[in-house]
Amino acid sequence: MVQAINNALDIKLSEDKNIVVYGEDVGVAGGVFRVTEGLQKKYGAERVFDSPLAESAIVGTGLGMALAGLRPVVEMQFDGFSYPAFNQIISNVSRMHNRSRGKFNVPMVIRFPYGGGINAIEHHSESPEALYAHIPGLKVVVPSTPHDAKGLLISAIESDDPVIFMEPKRIYRAIKQEVNDEKFTIPIGKAKILTEGTDVTVVAFGAMIRECQRAMAMAEEAGISVELIDLRTIYPIDKETIKNSIQKTGRMVVVAEANQSFSVGSELIAIANEEAFLYLEAPPKRVMGFDTIVPLAQGEKYYMITPERIFYEIEKTINY
Amino acid sequence: MIFDEFNPSEDKILRVIDNDGEVIRPDLIPDLTDETVVKAYKTMLFERVADEMAISYQRQGRMFTYPSNKGHEAIHAAAGMIIGPDDWLVPAFREIGVMLAKGVTMKEIFLYYNGNEHGSNFKNAPRVLPVNVPIGTQLSHAVGIGYSIKYRKKNDIVFTFIGDGGTSEGDFSESLNFAGVWQVPVIFTIQNNQYAISVPVSTQTKSVNLAVKSIAFGIPGIKVDGNDFFAMYLAYREASEHARTGKGAVLIEALTYRSGAHTTSDDPSRYRTKEEEERWGLSDPMPRLKKFMERKGIWKEDEDSLRDQYKNEIDNQFLEAENFAPYSLDDVFGYMYTEMPEDLKKQKEEYEQFLTWKGSRR
Repeated sequence: MVQAINNALDIKLSEDKNIVVYGEDVGVAGGVFRVTEGLQKKYGAERVFDSPLAESAIVGTGLGMALAGLRPVVEMQFDGFSYPAFNQIISNVSRMHNRSRGKFNVPMVIRFPYGGGINAIEHHSESPEALYAHIPGLKVVVPSTPHDAKGLLISAIESDDPVIFMEPKRIYRAIKQEVNDEKFTIPIGKAKILTEGTDVTVVAFGAMIRECQRAMAMAEEAGISVELIDLRTIYPIDKETIKNSIQKTGRMVVVAEANQSFSVGSELIAIANEEAFLYLEAPPKRVMGFDTIVPLAQGEKYYMITPERIFYEIEKTINY
Repeated sequence: MIFDEFNPSEDKILRVIDNDGEVIRPDLIPDLTDETVVKAYKTMLFERVADEMAISYQRQGRMFTYPSNKGHEAIHAAAGMIIGPDDWLVPAFREIGVMLAKGVTMKEIFLYYNGNEHGSNFKNAPRVLPVNVPIGTQLSHAVGIGYSIKYRKKNDIVFTFIGDGGTSEGDFSESLNFAGVWQVPVIFTIQNNQYAISVPVSTQTKSVNLAVKSIAFGIPGIKVDGNDFFAMYLAYREASEHARTGKGAVLIEALTYRSGAHTTSDDPSRYRTKEEEERWGLSDPMPRLKKFMERKGIWKEDEDSLRDQYKNEIDNQFLEAENFAPYSLDDVFGYMYTEMPEDLKKQKEEYEQFLTWKGSRR
């Protein structure tokens, strides 16, 4: 996935001179995860560069660049380090188009690696998608495969609205997939049905897709037909695809790493109720993180969602 | 160079005329024609009249909360004369004079303070950002714009403003730091008007002044008498020369006094004395410049009739704002994204259905 993201940046940098890429350690080192490796060498330090270490100013300057005709792609080094920039994101980036009545667009991408399961220290394992999806004016995108990461990132860079692009760091290098070298895009705002099924709808995104697929294999052995939906975009959320699926299966299990209360899972359950109430045969279920801080490495085994736990909840929902 | 002579670490202040309009630094008085000086005064007068009228409209219940600009006119007039058509303005919210100089209209300003975002879509001022309310966050936008100018190898510059209270925000330090490292053409002005609502500047910093903070970021800084039009003009001329020739950013501390309340919702008598207000009143930028002109014998206008003329003009602008198209549901939903997401369309439709509801109880 790291290579696919790098390739997406490479393609956009080569075709649009207005694109600049910057953040902490993004330039010379190529990013702590090597996502931007080689790009400074190829495009120069005016276009791909290290900034001073201050997230609020990284995002604030990016907004200024976007207002003045550039298309910045900025990196927050980790999920938990996006919070110093939160004020800029919620108070200015998301609002400038509305505040100026459409005079200014904000074609800007804020990328960061997110999620747990890598034995990291505190602030390096978080899934803040709900925080950002809650903010009017933003789009929030989370890819689950190298192919999707490339197509979605190109779409994000081409979007005239600001996009929060969350990269599942746990599978940065864990999933190998051949990705077309050519330019292609994947539309923002559309979910993808990965596997069709009839008994239960499982909705997930990012690193949890792989865990769901493992759970699905167990479910299949137990004779349960799972329809697996990859959200791809958190906001604008693809209600249509979710609605149609729940109306077909009558059951929904949501899988995500984030704290479960007031989450994307909560939103999906609201959608199930509002759009498919009379079709429901079991209460929609969240298989999500506890409402706790993600534990440090030794305790993470309790927090991280395993295929077994997903299968367990699928079975319970089927047998309700 | 004024930046060398008025080193902020020695707490020197750039001042050209005194409170009686007498030139105390003849060597520094800018070479402006008499007409230009008269014009500057008229610009300041227009801003002051507009400010008085805005407060009056608010008191009449025809406009919502409004922050007074009274006392800041010399800063605004000087910046307004230096800022060019292709330069950018990134305001805080107490820079009406500079916004007007860039082509923003009083109609738009009234529309904004009357609660309509269309007042921030400045039709004749493409390079002016909307008023920025979250304190200090606008400075990094200015730095980003500065980067884009440098990236495109243009020689436009960016003017941005902040208050004394705003210098305590992290965004202030981050932005000046980025501006220093990136060497971008940005002129930062701190309008040090002594108060952040009720909190005096002595509560904001232990620094000898605010301009001195520039030293830590490696950019020139200067403390200027913000009530002295000539000093402000000189400072902006030198700063713009510096920024426009690729030397990077400048920090200007303009020492002034917020003669009015923070906004129409504020009551300064709770936290400052009449004596203090009177003392600062002696350096009010307008009588000061007028005394200069009178000494030189270049002021021949009738101020009362000028005021009447401006009042008339401003009132027409206010009426246009008052008669602006009524706020619609489209205005609520229509600008969140460049294309409205399905979700928002649905929320809007549901509300429209509610509007057609006749009620089930008879």
